[in-house]
Amino acid sequence: MRKKIVSILLTTVMAAGVLAACGKSSAPAAEGVAAEGGAEEAAEEAAEEAPAEEEIPTSTFGDANGTHLEMWTFVELHGQHYGKMAEIWNEQNPDRPIEITCTTYPYGDMHTKLLTSLEAGTGAPDICDVEVGQFPNVVAGLDTWLVPLDDASAEYMPTMVPARMQTYQGEDGHYYGAPYHVGATAMFYNVAAMSEALGLSQEDTIAKIDGVVTWDDYTALGQEYLAALGDDTKFFTSVDTGGTDWLWLAMAEYGDDWTGGFEGPANCQLDSVKNMLTMQQGWLKDGFAMISPDGHVDLEAGFQNIMDRNIVSFPKALWYMSRFTNYMPEEKGNWYIAKCPVFEEGQKCSVGIGGTGTVVTQQSENKDLAAEFLCWAKMSDEGEQNIWDTLGFDVCNTAQWGDDAFAHDDNNQFNQFFINYPYDVLNEIGMNNIGKISVVAISPTINEYVCTTTLNEVLEDPDYSIDDALQELQDAVDMEQ
Amino acid sequence: MKSKNFLYSQKVAPYVFVLPFILSFVVFWIYPLITAFTMSFQDIGAIKSEWIGFANYTKLLKDKVFLIAVSNSAKYMFFTLVLLIPFPMLFAVLMDSNIVKAKGVWKAILYMPALTSVVISGTLFRLMFTEYKTGQMNLITQALGLGTYKWLKNGWSGMLALLVLACWRWTGVNMLYFLSGLKAIDTSLYEAADIDGADAKQKFWYVTLPLMKPTTIYVLTISVYAGLSMFLESFMLWAGNSSPNNIGLTIVGYLYKRGIEKNNMGYACAVGVVLLIVALIINFTQLILNGTFKKEE
Repeated sequence: MRKKIVSILLTTVMAAGVLAACGKSSAPAAEGVAAEGGAEEAAEEAAEEAPAEEEIPTSTFGDANGTHLEMWTFVELHGQHYGKMAEIWNEQNPDRPIEITCTTYPYGDMHTKLLTSLEAGTGAPDICDVEVGQFPNVVAGLDTWLVPLDDASAEYMPTMVPARMQTYQGEDGHYYGAPYHVGATAMFYNVAAMSEALGLSQEDTIAKIDGVVTWDDYTALGQEYLAALGDDTKFFTSVDTGGTDWLWLAMAEYGDDWTGGFEGPANCQLDSVKNMLTMQQGWLKDGFAMISPDGHVDLEAGFQNIMDRNIVSFPKALWYMSRFTNYMPEEKGNWYIAKCPVFEEGQKCSVGIGGTGTVVTQQSENKDLAAEFLCWAKMSDEGEQNIWDTLGFDVCNTAQWGDDAFAHDDNNQFNQFFINYPYDVLNEIGMNNIGKISVVAISPTINEYVCTTTLNEVLEDPDYSIDDALQELQDAVDMEQ
Repeated sequence: MKSKNFLYSQKVAPYVFVLPFILSFVVFWIYPLITAFTMSFQDIGAIKSEWIGFANYTKLLKDKVFLIAVSNSAKYMFFTLVLLIPFPMLFAVLMDSNIVKAKGVWKAILYMPALTSVVISGTLFRLMFTEYKTGQMNLITQALGLGTYKWLKNGWSGMLALLVLACWRWTGVNMLYFLSGLKAIDTSLYEAADIDGADAKQKFWYVTLPLMKPTTIYVLTISVYAGLSMFLESFMLWAGNSSPNNIGLTIVGYLYKRGIEKNNMGYACAVGVVLLIVALIINFTQLILNGTFKKEE
């Protein structure tokens, strides 16, 4: 008898052991993917916050008797935003309270799970975050999978940055995603270093920076700085071999889009791209610019390069502000944010980069409520306030940009960190001057080829023919379309 | 009475014991394998998928980036075999001899890297191999008066970084395999060799090496597959799946790129099937050459 029990026990333990081992084996892969958010224009906000642990953090907020909503994200902080918003919602809408459960999965896991459940037609949450790079895969299902947010967002639309809403549009023209931020690209200048080198006061240096309108002005200012400094190991800016930000900016300025949008076909041999690359090759030859160490400024070597004052200006989306507060706290008070220079006066001077669109799925039992809550949580005054305070993003509802209590709040860490108020820069740019580059099915192919090959060819060897490099890029893209 | 017979039956018992493995093998290996195989002949769309015959495979043959990935994986596999079989074997023999003191400490030091997460170690190696002047490797080259070097932007140095990471991580593990193989060798054989007047070198060549063959074949087999399927190390070293001129792209990296980044599951499955076939061919060839399938005499 005892033998029998022992044998049963043994078998059970073995079976459990084998199953547990199977469950665990997926862990390392998931961890790796979680960190993927750091890769270039992919989920910038996922980079550091994405959980690497094996357990899945789940939190429930709101009224237990309310309508239950399920929400998935890949950044725990995003979940907390909805939690806070659910509580405010319940105070304002006592007649239709909600309860929301937010689950944070690693980046790759969450997107794979979402796509699988959408394809299977069951198991998807009511609300889900989708990183912009993954958005084309999810929006491919249009209204079979997702709930159009046109009605729920209608009341906020007049003041929402149009480029950002269009980023999450489907092929049918409906809006399927609610944005967190603009990710508006602006120029960051190290005023402290520039004043020191130029022998000017902070105000005079800022006046010089404000006087920059075109790239020619920018180059002239940089040359003046470098001449005053007289150190050939220092540069005015750095150009990226592992990121497309400069090229996106150039395209936005000329109103180009290499993806060709939903209609396609993708065309990468654009004058805007050529002009930017030609200018950068010139800068490299003149000792005006260096190549960003490790490919772009959003990596440890990039931060060190900035702190060592090897470069004193660079264009980057406004979410880069959090890199300053997190990784370069010593730089507090040194930096000024300004509009990006343009090729020709009158062009757009910014482009929205990165982002996360939040969707409502057709599988939700309370689609209307979910859509209304989502749009309210991401576009209303209350929602935008919380996004700026807790997530630190440049919000998409321009109604807030001019609100003094919102934009000039001196308790805000970013308002304290930089010489000027970030929202003043946004107001100066204006919501219609922020361009958009589509993120569609061909986008990963273009970005990948540009970052692995084209930029390395053209910038690591400033004599490389830009036309040849762009032809190779076009050939690679044509193979996929 | 019947159930008792069942449980005590010598014919049935072995199957009961291997059942958990068989079940998990079927559910987690065989089923996905068959699905991947069928998917590799399809164009997997968002709403519906369609059969496209060999289109994924013919495209794969013409795909230059895939060929780069295959060549990178093959080089990596080759060099890991060259580095991660002889050296761990040597260390194991040293650990088993009387030459080394404080063996526990050495074993622990060599084994420790295997316990660290690749995500963390990959990030550390990325910082060590950065092209910026503060990276460890560049500090060394600067101290030697050679200036800085763009380690992760050139083919050979990128491969070097991957191999340093692989050696750092797997030397201890392979050493433990060889140690367990050494322990299984009957000491009386060495005594007999001593009586016959064999020196240390001869004992290694004529006793240790032949008797360690099963362990060596095992390590070789798993290293071939591990080398070909490497992904995470490269992913972490270049902070993402894109390395300059694809110097760090591996077959699995390409599979991830196609399947997850571009959501082209059918094509990714074709990549996976090719990887499986390549790994099987290499391993079967080496196993046949090693005589593993021959009947014991």
